[in-house]
Amino acid sequence: MLILNSNRVSIIQPASKWQGLNLKELKDYQDLFYFMVWRDIKVLYAQTIMGFSWALLQPLVQIILFTIVFGKVAKVPSEGLPYFLFATVAIVPWTYISQAVTESSQSLIAGQNMLGKVYFPRIIFPLTPVLSKLIDFGISLLIVVITMLYYRVHPTWNLLFLPIFLLLMIIIAAGAGMWLSALAIRFRDVRHSMGFVVRILMYSAPIVYSASTIPDKYRLIYSLNPIVCVIEGFRACLLGGHIVWMYILPGAITSLVFLIGGIFYFRKMEHVFVDVI
Amino acid sequence: MKPNNTAIRVNNISKCYRIGLKEQIHENIATAFLSLISSPLSNYRKYRSLYKFKEIDFDNNNGSHPDLIWALKNVSFDVNQGESLGIIGKNGSGKSTLLKILSKITVPTKGRAEIHGRVSSLLEVGTGFHPELTGRENIYLNGTVLGMRKHEINKKFDEIVDFSGIEKFIETPVKRYSSGMKVRLAFSVAAHLEPEILLVDEVLAVGDAEFQKKCLGKMGDVTKEGRTVLFVSHNMAAMEQLCERVVWLNKGALVGSGPARDMINQYLDMASPNSLGPDGDLSRIPREPSFETIFINGELNGLPFKEHHLIHPLAPLTIKLKLNLSEAMTGCGFGIHLTTNSGQCVYAANTRWNYGKIDFPEKGIYEFECTFDKLPLVPDKYYLALGMRNQVRQIDWMERVLCIEVSRDDVYGTMEFPEKSQGFFLTQANWKIDNKVTKRF
Repeated sequence: MLILNSNRVSIIQPASKWQGLNLKELKDYQDLFYFMVWRDIKVLYAQTIMGFSWALLQPLVQIILFTIVFGKVAKVPSEGLPYFLFATVAIVPWTYISQAVTESSQSLIAGQNMLGKVYFPRIIFPLTPVLSKLIDFGISLLIVVITMLYYRVHPTWNLLFLPIFLLLMIIIAAGAGMWLSALAIRFRDVRHSMGFVVRILMYSAPIVYSASTIPDKYRLIYSLNPIVCVIEGFRACLLGGHIVWMYILPGAITSLVFLIGGIFYFRKMEHVFVDVI
Repeated sequence: MKPNNTAIRVNNISKCYRIGLKEQIHENIATAFLSLISSPLSNYRKYRSLYKFKEIDFDNNNGSHPDLIWALKNVSFDVNQGESLGIIGKNGSGKSTLLKILSKITVPTKGRAEIHGRVSSLLEVGTGFHPELTGRENIYLNGTVLGMRKHEINKKFDEIVDFSGIEKFIETPVKRYSSGMKVRLAFSVAAHLEPEILLVDEVLAVGDAEFQKKCLGKMGDVTKEGRTVLFVSHNMAAMEQLCERVVWLNKGALVGSGPARDMINQYLDMASPNSLGPDGDLSRIPREPSFETIFINGELNGLPFKEHHLIHPLAPLTIKLKLNLSEAMTGCGFGIHLTTNSGQCVYAANTRWNYGKIDFPEKGIYEFECTFDKLPLVPDKYYLALGMRNQVRQIDWMERVLCIEVSRDDVYGTMEFPEKSQGFFLTQANWKIDNKVTKRF
């Protein structure tokens, strides 16, 4: 005979209240979360010749392309550093952000079959690519390490701050993923606009150019862009130099606000997902 | 713990959907261009209206609005712990919506439900299966999707694999499986769920007959273990076997609830064939949305199909069918089933048994005739079901097309008939009776 645990009572009713994360429920589904991430990783490069080398190739091709176009042809100033090195430390985190956001934004649509057939915390959908893309990111860090060795960059104590920017990078991807996926399931326009949105975001941050080219009076407003803060942070941590916290903090605050807003927005909208597929 | 604790309390649940999102048709380029400019706003309103209901919509005309349909309307019932409850009703009566609400997939528009205990819902087998992953990996993925924890799956892994009968292929990617193997694996995972409350939608309609029986057995075990089960099915025989109590829904409203056998009988009486067209027209009989209308006309012993046919026991039965194919089709087979009132098939013929697979070379009308020389069924009411399938899918399927009543003729010359519990057939046994007995009619 089964031992019934009737302490667990769930109430089902029309919901429209704002609510935050239900951490207890997420903990119940942690194994599912783990397997979803793991499925993403396992399936991503299935039946490819290059396998996980794709994680290296994608950013590498972009770095080479940008070095030729912006470094050699347009001669964009790169704070006195070799352009290849200057671009590498920015493009690697940027590749993660753009890929994670793009996939996360489509996660609910891709999972709509599951969405209509079984319940689990919906927030797992947009968060899965945010985690699974970290594997690609980890692999592509290899490019950063090799480039730094090649240019004989000596690590500085700044490296200790890198985890902060890693975390901010993940927070941006998660925040954007929640906003965009909740919008995308209702309005398929999101998918069509992702191409140029990602490109605009890229040029909005100092990836191919240096933030020092921004006039000082606009610098603070410019720093509100959370991607600026991550890219500047990565550069300062990896290549040494002064970390200007005044230009880092605004972006960090926006990304946190963005994440919390994303959670609440997602949680408010999740009740209608199934009805609008 | 008191045995009669409530497991599920459903209180005035209603669910409203909006339909009638019509595409605009433009008469000329100018209006099309104008609407291109103005459409974003109207599109936004349109999609928003899918889930935003104004109170006025509900209050007007008692909640009836041309755009709104109530999939469920003020449904209330309780389910006790350890009880197995069936939900019956026609297609579109709100059964699946009810299960979706109780399993938290969608929220009700109004009302409230309380669930005491851990719930697993089985609205589909194999949710989350990924073709690139191996059988083993999919067991873990599917198991966690259905709400199991990893350590629970570890513990039951061997049992799951055993039950599915595909040990040999457990490390093979699922994309190389046959569709039957996929279903077996998926069902094995589902059959090993151990929630306190299990919600099951029409999932038994998959797999071969033997495997279905195995699953029914497993479900029966589940209810005996004291779990609460909510069960939706069109298979009334299975329903009667598994459920103690039945709730009957019609057009989103509760018609009644009571002991399984009573409710099912009432329901079947109501649902007796009525959409049969004149002159044996079968095209108006409603089918499940995934089916095509293949069978268009039928004759029984030379008469067009009507609601009720009376035939004599051990008399010949000839069924003539007209099939309308909208395209050429290969590898098909179709069958004629006679079922009991509760849907159990007792006598059948299938072209596959006699001719293997048949191919229809082009679209058009085809005629077939099937004769049972002596129909050996015990006097009772039987129902005709017709189905056609190819290798991949069921193409057409209709139950309860008409009723065939076998009359109570005195076949044995003794005015005695087999009872229902003595089988369905009029046997022709040759007895050697001891001379010392006397026979008395």
